[in-house]
This record gives sequence, C-alpha cells and structure tokens, in this order.
Amino acid sequence: MAREASKGHKAAVTVLAWGVALLIFFPILWTFLISFKTEGEAINSHPSFLFFEWTLENYETVNQRSDYLAHFWNSVVISLGSTVLGLIIAVPAAWSMAFVPGKRTKDLLMWMLSTKMLPAVGVLVPIYLLARDAGLLDTKTGLVIVLTMVNLPIIVWMLYTYFKEIPGEILEAARMDGATLSSEILYVLTPMAVPGIASTLLLNVILAWNESFWTLNLTAASAAPLTAFIASYSSPEGLFYAKLSAASTMAIAPIMILGWFSQKQLVRGLTFGAVK
Amino acid sequence: MATQASRIAGRLMLSPVVVLLFLWMIVPLGMTIYFSFLRFNLLMPGTEEFTGFENYSYFFTDPAFWPALVNTLVLVLGVLVITVVGGVALAVLLDQPMWGQGIVRILVIAPFFVMPSVSALVWKNMLMNPVNGLFAALARGLGLEPIDFFADAPLASIIAIVAWQWLPFATLILFTAMQSLDREQMEAAEMDGAGPIWRFVHLTIPHLMRAATVVVLIQTIFLLSVFAEILVTTNGGPGTASTTLTFLVYMQSMLQFDVGLGSAGGIVAVILANIVAIFLMRMIGKNLEA
Repeated sequence: MAREASKGHKAAVTVLAWGVALLIFFPILWTFLISFKTEGEAINSHPSFLFFEWTLENYETVNQRSDYLAHFWNSVVISLGSTVLGLIIAVPAAWSMAFVPGKRTKDLLMWMLSTKMLPAVGVLVPIYLLARDAGLLDTKTGLVIVLTMVNLPIIVWMLYTYFKEIPGEILEAARMDGATLSSEILYVLTPMAVPGIASTLLLNVILAWNESFWTLNLTAASAAPLTAFIASYSSPEGLFYAKLSAASTMAIAPIMILGWFSQKQLVRGLTFGAVK
Repeated sequence: MATQASRIAGRLMLSPVVVLLFLWMIVPLGMTIYFSFLRFNLLMPGTEEFTGFENYSYFFTDPAFWPALVNTLVLVLGVLVITVVGGVALAVLLDQPMWGQGIVRILVIAPFFVMPSVSALVWKNMLMNPVNGLFAALARGLGLEPIDFFADAPLASIIAIVAWQWLPFATLILFTAMQSLDREQMEAAEMDGAGPIWRFVHLTIPHLMRAATVVVLIQTIFLLSVFAEILVTTNGGPGTASTTLTFLVYMQSMLQFDVGLGSAGGIVAVILANIVAIFLMRMIGKNLEA
C-alpha cells in the first residue's frame, strides 16, 4: 500500500481493535473462567477475574452426571445425522443443477430458497402433531428428519455455488475420452467437489448443533440435545453458576473451534452466495 | 452440451430434493391454514368444527396481539440498527493495518457460534442478574444501585443479547465486502485531497450498501423467529413486555393447546415474513444473473 501506515496509527488501531474484540468476547471468557471457580466463588459479590482457586470439580461433576453426556451425544447424532442425510439428498441435485442446468434451474433455486423463508412458527402446530402421530416426538430420528428439511435449502445452495465453480470443460474433456457418467462422477467430479462438500458439512453441523426452535419444541427429555438441556437450567431452583458454566463451556467449545475454521464458508453459505 | 441421457439423469437426481421440499412446505402449511379455520383445542378432542375467520378475529383482538406485533418490530429493528451500525464500524476497524488481526477476528466472531440457550443463560445469570451478576457487582463498585434488567427493561435486555449474537455475522459479511473495495480509487481520492470522512461517506458506504442489504434481509428472517432467548430469560414477561409474535403463537398452541388460534397467528407470521422475503429474493435473484 502506498499510503504510509505510520507505526503510531497502527498501534492505536491495534489497541482499539483488541479492546473491542475482548469486550465482545468477554461473556464467553467470563463463562469459561467461572467454570473453574467453586460455587461460592462464582457468586462472590466481589468477583475475582483470575486470582481465585482454580478447580476442575465442576467439570467432574457435570461429566459424572450421565445425563449430560447423553444430551451431548444427542447433539452429535442429530447435527451429524441431519447434515449427512441432507448431503446424500442434496449432492446429486446440486450436481445436476450446476452441470446440466435447464431453463427453470434458476426458478427452482429461488423456490428452494423461498421454503427457507417460511417462519418456523407458521408450521409449528402441524409438525408437532405429525411428529406426535408418527411417534417421532422426543426422538432423535424425528429431529434428524426435521433438521434435514430445515437446512436442506442451505445445503443445496452452498453445494450449488461450489459446484458451479468447477469448470465444465473438464467434464467435456472426460466425456471426449469416453468416460461414462459414473466414472465421470467418481474420478473427475468427486476430487474437485470434496472441498465444497466438506465446507457445506462444516457449516451445517454448526447450524444444526445450535438450532433452538425445533430442538426445544419437539423434545422433552430423552432426545433433547444440548440446546434443550441447557435451556432447562433456566428454572431458578437448583441453579449452580459454576456447573452451568462448565456445562455451557463444553457445549459451545467444539462448535466454536469448528466455526473458526469455517469463517469464509459461513459468509458464503448464509448469504446464499450473494456475498463472497 | 448435455446429452439427452445426462438430462434425464439430471432430472432424476434433482427430483428427491424437489419432492421433499415441496411436501415439507405444502403439507404443514396447508394444515396450518386448515387448522386456522377450525375451532380446535388439543384439550378438547373431537369438538373440532369450522368457524370461518373466528380464530383470526380472536387473534387480532387478543390483548397480547398489538404488544406482540410492536415488540417484534422493536426487537427486529433494534437488533438490525445495532448490528449494522456496529458491523460497519467494526468492518472498517478490522480493515486497518494492525498487529494480531487474525486473533481479533476470531474473538469478534465467536458469539455467533454460541447456542442461543447458552448465551441467554450466560447473560441472564452471570452478567445481568441483579444480585449475583457481574453488572450488579460493577454497579455496586461504582456506588450505584444494580439494575434488575429483565424486570425493568426486558425487551431491551433481550435486544442486547440477540444483538451480541448477530453482531459477528454482520461484521463478518461487511468485512468480507470490504475486501473488494477499490483501493486505487481510495488512494486517488486521497491524493485529490478527500478527507477520511468524505471517503467513508462517498466510497466506503456505497460499496457496503449491497452487503448491508443482504445482512438486513437475512437477519430479519432469523430475527422474526427468535425464540430460545425469550423462553430462557423472561418467558415473554413481565406481562406481555417481551412477547413477540413467534412467542405468542408458541404460547397459544403449545401452552394453551389452542391449535386453531395458534395456527391463525402462524399464518399472520408467515404473511409478515413473506413481505420481507420478496425483497430478499429479488436481491439474490439479481445476483444470480450477474
């Protein structure tokens, strides 16, 4: 850059940016710190930032409660299950729209997007009743199905924007060389499509992990993922800050780490390719 | 130059998604519309009967309806203003040369990955609780009376929590858009003696308009469905002070089991969201052609 960024300017920007960033991050940091405090220390009216007796007992307690691990496992099954199921349905569709576009492909894509605009509350009652009648209420299967459908438009769109960037000429060349449709998919397309599929998988696991409308409304106890389990702490009785913090830290840590790897895909996936 | 065979194969690969999404959309929506014209309470099975627009008139005359509509608009607009203004400011800040930019960006986007029930509980208990929260401790340290946030300013408190969750999203998208800003044009303007404010107003803002519009439209879709944050913190109260349309419909159908009334409310929410959606689809559709 021609503009001379003076050391002083850079230092000022650095201080300001770090200050703002730490402020925004603070609630997460604070939860993390409280998770290492004793319950008494956690509600101390003169809270200590770093100089307290660090303890791991909250994590031990939370992990000993078998129900925490069960809900954690529910989150894993539901978020991974719905994403993988969605990918199985969406990959062929996105492939065909990107490489064999028809006259109505664009309309079809817009229509898929429009299903995402339907507010969840508008179909809450029928989905609840259908799930109840099918015996899928408070089951992992039920949530996998619902979350697959909720995120399917995003999955198709993301895959489509990735697949579209694969040059079509490569396919033509493969066809010229006599490649069949299946070998075309297996040897030419798959290697080029894997990064896009991986990004889509990552973003959708994050979205499904944090989904909080259907997971709260369609589960009671046995299939509740972490979103619903932690929401159940909202009742005042038996509220333990330190243990709540430990449970929260464990609930958000894995997904935050995944999220940091997926910053770019996040923009692309959530804006349906409108901002890259 | 697709062959006939690959066209047919393409159709076959496409059809599962189309069929599933069509069913997913049309069956529940059709049922909601149907229920909205019935007197239908889950506590009184077998008494369903057609009532025309009765549910709609009940819904619109429910004393909670207008507060819920106003609260919904205040929540959506409040969060949008905070996140877009804050997001532009942060995007411009993050775009400057600095040390440790990668870590700053990671810290800034972190709240987006926190599940809503966790962020609501963290804010409610660890920060905003009038007795044990950090804000109360800070207020006492300054010799002030701690504020009981969720009793005195429930909607504003929820706006703060939701804005904290969505500020990273707005920042990330606006920051991504900043990357494509024409630096040479910026430098040329600077050479011509344009000050930083002139450049911000005449070059940066117009460049970010498109991304900002996308942020507004996408966030609106999600913000209309804010649910866990209200459920965990105020449960819609005190009174109707923090009840939104989504929450009102939830209360009517899941707590009062009034399926007919809840369905009518659901349809009202669908119509509202559609008005927003029309604008969003136009934006993204235009981009597809580009």
